[in-house]
Amino acid sequence: MKDKMPVHRHHEATGVAGIYVHVPFCIRKCPYCDFYSITDRAITPVYVEAVRHEMTMTALPAFLFDTIYFGGGTPSLLNVSSIEAIIGTAHQQFHIIPQSEITLEVNPGTVSKRQFEAYQSIGINRISIGVQSFIDNHLKFLGRVHSSSDARLAVAQAREAGFDNMGIDLIYGIPGQTQSSWLSDLKQAVVFEPEHLSCYMLTYESGTPMNADRQSGVFKPLSDEKVKDLFETTLEFLNGKGYVQYEVSNFEKVNPDTQGSAPNERYRSKHNQKYWFCDPYFGFGPSAHSYMEPVRYWNVGNVYEYIDLIKAGKRPVREKENLTTEQLMIEAVYLGLRTTDGINIKRFDRKFHACFHHLFGKALSDLHDKGLLTASQDRCGLTQKGMLFLDAVTNMLVDCLN
Amino acid sequence: MKYIRNFCIIAHIDHGKSTLSDRMIQATNIISDRDFKNQILDTMDIERERGITIKSQAICLPYQAKDGIAYSLNLIDTPGHVDFTYEVSRALASCEGALLLIDASQGVEAQTLANLYLALEHNLEIIPVINKIDLPSADIEKVKSQIDEDLGLDADLAILASAKEGTGIEEVLEGVVNLLPPPTGNPDTPLKALIFDSHYDPYRGTIVYVRVVDGDIKPGDTIQFMSNHAVYKVEEVGVFRLNRIPQKKLSTGSVGYIIAGIKTVNDTRCGDTITLKDRRCKTPLPGFKESKPVVFSSIYPVASDGYEELALGLEKLKLNDASLIFEKDTSVALGFGFRCGFLGLLHLEVVQERLEREYDLSLIMTAPSVQYKLIMNDGSEMIIDNPALYPDPSKIECAMEPFIRASIIIPDRYMGAVMKLCLDRRGINKNYQYLTHNRLEMIFELPLAEVVYDFYDKLKSITQGYGSFDYDIADFRKTDLAKLDILINGDRVDALSQLVHKDRAVERARHACEKLREEIPRQMFKIAIQGAIGGNIISRKTVSALRKDVTAKCYGGEITRKRKLLEKQKKGKKRMKMVGQVMIPQSAFLAVLKTDTD
Repeated sequence: MKDKMPVHRHHEATGVAGIYVHVPFCIRKCPYCDFYSITDRAITPVYVEAVRHEMTMTALPAFLFDTIYFGGGTPSLLNVSSIEAIIGTAHQQFHIIPQSEITLEVNPGTVSKRQFEAYQSIGINRISIGVQSFIDNHLKFLGRVHSSSDARLAVAQAREAGFDNMGIDLIYGIPGQTQSSWLSDLKQAVVFEPEHLSCYMLTYESGTPMNADRQSGVFKPLSDEKVKDLFETTLEFLNGKGYVQYEVSNFEKVNPDTQGSAPNERYRSKHNQKYWFCDPYFGFGPSAHSYMEPVRYWNVGNVYEYIDLIKAGKRPVREKENLTTEQLMIEAVYLGLRTTDGINIKRFDRKFHACFHHLFGKALSDLHDKGLLTASQDRCGLTQKGMLFLDAVTNMLVDCLN
Repeated sequence: MKYIRNFCIIAHIDHGKSTLSDRMIQATNIISDRDFKNQILDTMDIERERGITIKSQAICLPYQAKDGIAYSLNLIDTPGHVDFTYEVSRALASCEGALLLIDASQGVEAQTLANLYLALEHNLEIIPVINKIDLPSADIEKVKSQIDEDLGLDADLAILASAKEGTGIEEVLEGVVNLLPPPTGNPDTPLKALIFDSHYDPYRGTIVYVRVVDGDIKPGDTIQFMSNHAVYKVEEVGVFRLNRIPQKKLSTGSVGYIIAGIKTVNDTRCGDTITLKDRRCKTPLPGFKESKPVVFSSIYPVASDGYEELALGLEKLKLNDASLIFEKDTSVALGFGFRCGFLGLLHLEVVQERLEREYDLSLIMTAPSVQYKLIMNDGSEMIIDNPALYPDPSKIECAMEPFIRASIIIPDRYMGAVMKLCLDRRGINKNYQYLTHNRLEMIFELPLAEVVYDFYDKLKSITQGYGSFDYDIADFRKTDLAKLDILINGDRVDALSQLVHKDRAVERARHACEKLREEIPRQMFKIAIQGAIGGNIISRKTVSALRKDVTAKCYGGEITRKRKLLEKQKKGKKRMKMVGQVMIPQSAFLAVLKTDTD
């Protein structure tokens, strides 16, 4: 059937699309996390049916897809058969091209070797493991359910099961963390030679228990100065180990043969890049976001409400926004600067029928003089120092828009 | 004239003045219940919110008394802040009597006493009214003994009332009729009328509030203001009943309004005497003073394109407020604005708040200053209130600053605290005297500059509201004046300069630097904030550089929230001013003006 589906690509700015599935279940909530999840897993089967139903309600004949991403929450809490069913429905409903990237986020302590093997068999070809740290004290502070040995085991099992595109997530900037403890985390991660590493700074999101503890002085956050040093350590260490930064928090392993010449983009998260390049994506499940220029919409957050709406045959959309040209520009700048590729100026100019250098000229030369940014005719991107001031730099550029 | 009573209500704040006025208005049925709203005499938002009266009001209540006669009761509502003492005194001069309102549970308080003295100065007949007798904590006997002992009034005359519940209102109205004297005056001598306030009406021009002392006034009369000799032809006279009710004439002893095609309130000065051009009275009424601004500050719009609107807003406020003066001013840091003169800090705040509220402007004010007199080396004199115009100090022979003579009335237990406050403010204690066995009047000479800042607020707080304060400008005295500059990363920010006494310079500089440090957001570079007198740095604070400014995580497609933050920050920047490379928020300019009362 999908062969008969008409496929159009709008225009250049609208690339191949991605599918995101939000799995809102966790064994328990981590105190720093502000993604939507619940610990009541009794409704999991109903949820799975609802997600599949949501997909069948969504007709996207004009789009080609090359990624599916299961994020959470803890997607590895789903049965393999449930995941398989969702992927199956996606294939029925959408035009997903062969060799698409299909990623599953898993958390140590919720997976077994057999499960990893089963993931392989149902077509998942990329695994993202939420290790966060290999140090038990840090895991405890982060409120994770797993231990450092669970983490090592999960990574090893994924490898043994045959995953050759594996990412490890780490968090730094944890109170009490030192250069050497962070280096030890990084060292333990690269031992497994993951193809991908995400190193996130711990952020205190409003409304989270950890933020409340910080505000009431239960712990003292690491100073900005120290976090900055850890960021620099990360780049330096990973570069030496054959990893190249391609976004503020994300690193890909490069083939030693090609390193230094053409960039090797094989192990980047194809799916996450869609967010940064303003490509289209469609989210399913509670709180999932969808974007198809110039429209963004997102689903209701509450899983019960989500299920009720689907059961009633309604689209579970909470809010929808139509971005103005200025808003599209702000996002293109902000997201583009997150990547080491930077903003593709030719693409920007074509998309907005504008001249990037003309719009931002004053700020560009100022930021260049400060050593924060480089801009050529084709690309505008941050220097390493600039990456540390991404928000401030973005603000200065956004100020140029009227 | 026999059937007219002119009176006001004097009370400590919160003793129920507005409620009593409201009830009396309702009792005389001049307004339907449907149109009624609380605090009906306070027409401005700001008056309602702050519970203060800024402009005087007069309302004519027709009252059928128990003796069967219809009386005209003119209730004159007065402002209640030291900034407007002069306006209050003119309003009192229009009355023969006053209701002295006392809260039955709070008893006599400082302001009660201060207002009573003001009323007695004007020879007003006083009726004590004990209000809020419905409260469980009411102690009528105690209040009565205070009236006897502390105020020296006859407590037997006191009327018991609860304005909230409407009890005693008729007794109050009867009291006004029977206990207060009718006005006196000669209907046959030339017109002599006292201006006690005015306000601007966009259709009719200035509405002048008057008390006719002698003679009468009617449409067609050609009148003259005695202070400036301005001549106008009367178009309409009348009385207020929430709306203006035109009358054939205003006769001797009555209170009402005059409309005479007066384009601005500048000609109509509070306290001035109106007479007829062709039949002038011999002497004006006593007590007229030209109200002179004592505090000066520059106002700038935050938005660079806000100047026109600010000009418009000030012009419009000026129509209603003769005491507000302003002229164009410019600042390197803030661009175009206005140098303004005010009666006091409350007046300044009211103007600022009205501009922000009624004209939707965001404003930056510079530090308020008094007027100094500089004697130059060549013997010439200059008056200065604006630090931007401060001359080369080597050319100044000496500086003089204005001193006031302040009268502070307090219960004697606060004597020590008040003494300390005044001495801290470079005051000189001249005299004190007991007014009653435990109430004290202290006379101080104080530099006006020390008073305009936050003296009145401080006095209120150290005396728990019991202290009352009144002052007259006395004279100019030699002082050690200096210009304090604030430098941000080496750039002088002219809008932050202040004229200060040398002894206070370090403290002021430290305060300003500290406030700026708190308010200026960290930026990518270190920011040095310095206080300096000439080339001499007397205070320094640093805003350390941002080490990082990056949101590390942005995935799951939840980009809207971040974009909204960027949009908000962009908007917020319109409220910032750039000084060199440094972004200074509006809040920083305002914080420098605040004192540490918290």
